[in-house]
Amino acid sequence: MTTAIASRYAAEYQTIAPTLCGQSLPWLQQLRTEALTQFSVQGFPSPRAEEWRYTNVSAIEKKLFSPSIIGQPQGIATTELLSTYQLPDAWSLVLVNGHFCEELSVLDGLPETVSVMSMADAVETQNSASLLETHLGQAIDNAEHGFVAFNTAWFTDGLFVHVPAKLVLEKPIQVLHIATQADVMAITRTVVIVDEMAGAKVIETFVGLDNAYLSAAVTEVSVGANANVTLYKMQCESEKAYHFGGVYVQQARNARFTHHNFAFGGLLARCDIHADLDIASECELNGLYLGVKRQHIDNHTRINHLKPHGISRELYKGVLDDRARGVFQGRVIVAEDAQKTDSQMNNRNLLLSNDAEADTKPQLEIYADDVKCGHGVTVGQLDEKSIFYLQSRCIDEETARNMLTFAFANEMVDKITIKSLHDKVLEQVLLRFPQEGVNKEWL
Amino acid sequence: MLSIKNLTVNVGDKPILKGINLEIKAGEIHAIMGPNGSGKSTLSHILSGKSGYTVTGGSVTYQGMDLLEMPPEIRAREGVFLAFQYPVEIPGVSNIYLLKAALNSIRKHHGQPEVDAMDFLTLVKGKVRLLEMDEKFLYRAVNEGFSGGEKKRNEILQMAILEPKLCILDETDSGLDIDALKVVAEGVNSLRSPERSFVMVTHYQRLLDYIKPDFVHVLAHGQIVKSGGAELALELEEKGYSWVEAA
Repeated sequence: MTTAIASRYAAEYQTIAPTLCGQSLPWLQQLRTEALTQFSVQGFPSPRAEEWRYTNVSAIEKKLFSPSIIGQPQGIATTELLSTYQLPDAWSLVLVNGHFCEELSVLDGLPETVSVMSMADAVETQNSASLLETHLGQAIDNAEHGFVAFNTAWFTDGLFVHVPAKLVLEKPIQVLHIATQADVMAITRTVVIVDEMAGAKVIETFVGLDNAYLSAAVTEVSVGANANVTLYKMQCESEKAYHFGGVYVQQARNARFTHHNFAFGGLLARCDIHADLDIASECELNGLYLGVKRQHIDNHTRINHLKPHGISRELYKGVLDDRARGVFQGRVIVAEDAQKTDSQMNNRNLLLSNDAEADTKPQLEIYADDVKCGHGVTVGQLDEKSIFYLQSRCIDEETARNMLTFAFANEMVDKITIKSLHDKVLEQVLLRFPQEGVNKEWL
Repeated sequence: MLSIKNLTVNVGDKPILKGINLEIKAGEIHAIMGPNGSGKSTLSHILSGKSGYTVTGGSVTYQGMDLLEMPPEIRAREGVFLAFQYPVEIPGVSNIYLLKAALNSIRKHHGQPEVDAMDFLTLVKGKVRLLEMDEKFLYRAVNEGFSGGEKKRNEILQMAILEPKLCILDETDSGLDIDALKVVAEGVNSLRSPERSFVMVTHYQRLLDYIKPDFVHVLAHGQIVKSGGAELALELEEKGYSWVEAA
């Protein structure tokens, strides 16, 4: 089946290839061709693969998703999504069905030396194209799994960011992915390059109309020496959608990278986050996944401590209701050379119904002998002692349950330092769990 | 205020309370003493409505109402307050929010409007000073990272703000050093009034040096085996529980 689907997409690729960006760049053409070959062999991941054992993607093979045509009308629906999700205090770049939409984007007032543009524009611009030649595909491994190669072969557009050395961006950059068509596939690639001692915050937002569609976005981040990058992902796809995301990060010496991953939407959503750490790099991965109905939300992280003195902190929390299923697989690899590594990984799951399920698998692979590494995992229900304590303080049981659930989730929301984004994410948390008695005052 | 008649309680198939009789009038302080496993904590849990126990017989009447029929939050709103032996940590919910939510639940229950924000702050800050607590505690998550003594003070702070009619103190002295014990006892004493009753469940006599009870009851093997005045506690301290257990 895998091969059949692969050849179907491969055949279709020939018709769409001439429309993909970067036609004039032989290195990119070569990259795409190799990726297509890789994908034709691999196909989409099978549950037989260890990294995919909890997540079966065969559902997407039953549908045929097609790339969207450039220049489709935007419509009222897009405007509504835009007014809900576009942040007022950020530079924002809007992609509709995988294509840059200039009239919806707001990029005024960027410092001259900073590049923020669509991927399609970046490959046609000399400076950015040469940066891309060295960076695009560097943080990923096409052989990792089918979706990575698929993305490299098919990406239509995306975001390109370059922040030169010693410049700290005053405002965040938002890339807003909007899917408006049924059965469309939006395949995008984002490359963020932040040079040494520079700083940037980038927000990736994924939203869509109430359709089945495929959203696949790979982001590569290069954090220069002593640079500081915070990446937020706010995944609010439609509840019929399929989302496959990947964030691949390379950190130079003393570089700091923080990721906040809010996975709320999608019928089937998967996100892979990989970070490679150099000497004394710091990496912080935070995640919150909220599953309702029959959602399946999978997050997969890998932190590679390659050099000494690295620090990593990871906390993923999940709240699963109805028949939802949450998957967390976290790997921390400490190379032989990575002495004095300090790493802590935690995954906490709250199950609100008997039919909800959490699969969690933390893995530590340590090849160095002088390290401090720990991990902890919990899967459970609300603590009855806490509920009784609140009841004994006049709070009725249902409100007590809601208070505790929200407090559990809110710990992750509270880590957001951008006010407008914080409020937006909080709004989404409240939407996902619209129970009575929830008061914003204590959130 | 509270009338317990021939109360029998099981945990699973095991009888824990085997016929408790107790009358508590408004304004009285009763101490329930007893060795470990005598059923002291079970009694305080039963009065506050904790699940996991089966009442197999008897009755508990609180201000004319059948207490055992009321869910825990209704008991609390009607003025029953349990100061926990082990106060629970509630990460993510601030102390001040819980206090306000609790106070407003009581007011709503009695058909009163919500408390004014400024009046509330004034009230809370006054009580915080009374208990020699740091105001910062108000904005921290409920009991999270509090020391044993801080948790107990926080219980008394809640009690001082919610102004219950029947206060049940479950092993309030455990985990308190002598200074903290004095502060907590002063807090409790300041709440004594002709309308308010206290049930103090304690293993040791030392708390009773600071909060003088009107009555002392000794619980052993699920029954009250001896009742008396404050002097009974001293006698117990001297002779040990074996003295009453054997009787």
